[in-house]
Amino acid sequence: MAAGPTGVAVARSPYALRRAVVALAACAVLWQLGARLDDWTGVGAPGVGALPSPVEVAMAAGRVVVEPGYWISSALSFVRVMGGFLIALAAAVPLGLLFATNRTFRAIAFPVFEVIRPIPPLAWVPAAIIFWPTQEAAITFITFLGAFFTITINVLSGALSIDPRFVEAARSLGASRMTVFRRIVLPATAPSIVVASSIAIGLSWEVVVAAEIISGSSAMGSNSGGLGHFIWASYLGGSYDDIIVGMISIGIAGYLCSAAVRKAGALLTPWINAR
Amino acid sequence: MTEIDAKALGADGAVRTASAFPPTPTTVARRPFRASPKLPLSLVGFAAFLLAWHLAVEVWRLPRFAKLPGLVEVFVEWTSTDPMYGVSLFTAEYYQHILVSLKRIVAAFSAATLLGVPLGLLLGWSQRFREYVFPVFETLRPVPILAWVPISIILFSGAETSVVFLTFIAAFFVTTLNTMTGVQSIDPSVVRAARCLGASPRQIFRHIVAPGALPHIFTGLQVSMGVSWFSLVAAEMVSGEFGLGYLINTAYAKIQYPTIAIGMITLGAVGYASSALVRLVGARLMAWRLREIGVGR
Amino acid sequence: MTDLALEPASRGAPQTSSRGAISIRNVVKTYGSGASQVTAVDDCSFEVAAGEICMVVGPSGCGKTSLLNAIAGFHDITSGEILIDGETICGPDRPMAAPGPDRVVVFQNGALFPWKTNLENVAFGPTMQGTMTEAAAKARARSLLAEVGLDDVAERFPGEISSGMRRRVEIARAVINEPRVLLLDEPYRALDALTKQVMHEALLELYYRNKVTIFFITHDLEEAVFLGHKLVISTARPCRPKTIIEVDIPHPRDRSVITSPRFRELMEAAHEAVRQEAVAAFQAGDKEG
Ligand SMILES: Nc1ncnc2c1ncn2[C@@H]1O[C@H](COP(=O)(O)OP(=O)(O)O)[C@@H](O)[C@H]1O
Ligand SMILES: [Mg+2]
Repeated sequence: MAAGPTGVAVARSPYALRRAVVALAACAVLWQLGARLDDWTGVGAPGVGALPSPVEVAMAAGRVVVEPGYWISSALSFVRVMGGFLIALAAAVPLGLLFATNRTFRAIAFPVFEVIRPIPPLAWVPAAIIFWPTQEAAITFITFLGAFFTITINVLSGALSIDPRFVEAARSLGASRMTVFRRIVLPATAPSIVVASSIAIGLSWEVVVAAEIISGSSAMGSNSGGLGHFIWASYLGGSYDDIIVGMISIGIAGYLCSAAVRKAGALLTPWINAR
Repeated sequence: MTEIDAKALGADGAVRTASAFPPTPTTVARRPFRASPKLPLSLVGFAAFLLAWHLAVEVWRLPRFAKLPGLVEVFVEWTSTDPMYGVSLFTAEYYQHILVSLKRIVAAFSAATLLGVPLGLLLGWSQRFREYVFPVFETLRPVPILAWVPISIILFSGAETSVVFLTFIAAFFVTTLNTMTGVQSIDPSVVRAARCLGASPRQIFRHIVAPGALPHIFTGLQVSMGVSWFSLVAAEMVSGEFGLGYLINTAYAKIQYPTIAIGMITLGAVGYASSALVRLVGARLMAWRLREIGVGR
Repeated sequence: MTDLALEPASRGAPQTSSRGAISIRNVVKTYGSGASQVTAVDDCSFEVAAGEICMVVGPSGCGKTSLLNAIAGFHDITSGEILIDGETICGPDRPMAAPGPDRVVVFQNGALFPWKTNLENVAFGPTMQGTMTEAAAKARARSLLAEVGLDDVAERFPGEISSGMRRRVEIARAVINEPRVLLLDEPYRALDALTKQVMHEALLELYYRNKVTIFFITHDLEEAVFLGHKLVISTARPCRPKTIIEVDIPHPRDRSVITSPRFRELMEAAHEAVRQEAVAAFQAGDKEG
């Protein structure tokens, strides 16, 4: 298969798997060499020289995964992610659909929404801590914010891009407004909801980890637990290998969550890949 | 006109698939602002929002709301020549925070663009390169930006470099990925047409691949700008001296609540303006897209 | 390129040209391997004379595009041989032809460069090949656009003009290279009947002026009989000539031939040949490629 965008380039070549393995293995070897260079030669490698080697990280991982604290941290983060994400989903889908279907409401409320949206979610941390009675509620709120704007905007643009002919056709067949909404708007928006959700859950992980680190590292809040805190505490404690174990854990968790959302979405919108 | 406009430039797919971040102001956003007959309605919306803020915090002093900075309090502080907490439109410190944040954004965003666009083009262009490099890329990408904080502090001793580095990686992933998607989204027939018209690979790259990927690259850059601000604020809150994230953080610690609101509003405004700038440059470079939908003439 | 408008008297037969004869010999094209293997073209042989308009007709998904792509050099052939003017462009030693301006394709869904103006699109070939300076290429492109009645949209982008106009621009972009063979893959498929009519006449006009062999894929029988010297009717997948119908209506043609009895007879013959294959393809449930 030819290289370059010749129409088949998007497909995988028969070598794809082998190349992936080779590249990842090469990175691991380089990292190992870089990390151990000063032990062997007395001259440190730039960058990776300061990091623990992959072997050390693997050993740390073996030690950490049997500690209950690690699993408690993971569970805490997971619960926060799901809390913020699900509330956002429940609030944003109706709001996005309302924006799309009610012009007056959109004209009134959307500009306000748009003015608030560019404020980065983490800039809300202090205000959230002031407002909410518990730190837990504040973190959930910030997580909610991160997911909320993304889902709303995607649902809105998904609903607005529905071919008006569908709606007209349904109306001319005598469908009521409610039926049009249920049978046309909702299914037609479903793909955007799915896409938005898989993005939003990734964003929720970003926000939760950030909030956990910020609450542990600054004047705001206190030790919040969670994987973000696990990383920060490992840093403060000087166990650099645990930092990387934490990073990998969050990466895997975030990846699994997004994959689960996409999988659920594919089950809910079976017609998407049928073309 | 606005209807089509939004569709053609906004709903590109790239925004949605490529990043875990909200694209700061997309084109959907502009619609109500453009449609002038609706302007009064949007004013109603803003008025209601501000009134609710004022009433809840400063008049009725609802439980929990009472502790938040109130509308009038914030406005007075922000426009005061002698602000109670030291930061207002008339203090040098205010602009210093903005400038420091902007400098970091410019550094990180430019580095991410200068590295991400070529890398993305290459990833999209060469299947072999993509099959080697992309797995590494995809392995690193799910790690949230803030999880890089300790590593970046270890790697770059000094808060300044590590803040810029965090902002950079966030933007870099988004830009690279969108550029790659842009190349892959080019209609294969168009590339084939160029080949049978006698264009060399180098000419195809310059005349087909680069302009063909441009729409996705610019949606990517807009998202990247939003992501940059997201990460910058987070990084400044963790470590950093000066900057808007730092301002908000210290204002909380010193119980200067109106300053928190000033910082947030400023972040929103600066973030919006920088995304708008990226969009403007994009529109300039892609006159053909605007004219296709009949707004450029 | 000079105008090669021929004397009306000599327009009847395929144009006397020494360029652009295509020989397709025992060509096989399969995709994939093992259980998912698809044979798109199987042991396909036929000749297209230089300067001839050859219409390839067959049901959707039968493998017409696969054959055209092999001639254009977009993919390899599994076995067999394709020659242009006696010269092997792909065969056992070299399964994939090199794409080049001697065989320009006009694509099924159109492939103008949206970011270049119509003029820049037409001038693209000679500019890239370096056979003309950019200014000369543009001048030539402008006169070609004028020939097809599009000089006033030269500075517009393809997205700003109608799809019928885009097709004409695309054909002009091909013709400017003086190709030996013009490969058209259902170029008018998406057009309405009236526009199609206009396009057919414009294409013939261009053909009468520029000597070129035309390899034209379609599944519109009226189009095929109206334009072609010859109809190659393909079997349902895999593609292989089932019947070859010589269209003995003299060129130049105009719309009036459509009402002639001979035209009706030829249409009937083509219909007869195609029907079975269409049913076979329908039952196989192929999606159009
Ligand atoms: N790149 C490809 N990979 C696998 N199968 C293909 C490919 N291209 C075409 N095919 C299959 O080959 C058959 C013929 O396709 P095509 O040549 O496009 O037919 P036509 O142009 O006559 O409609 C179809 O069944 C199609 O699904
Ligand atoms: Mg075809």
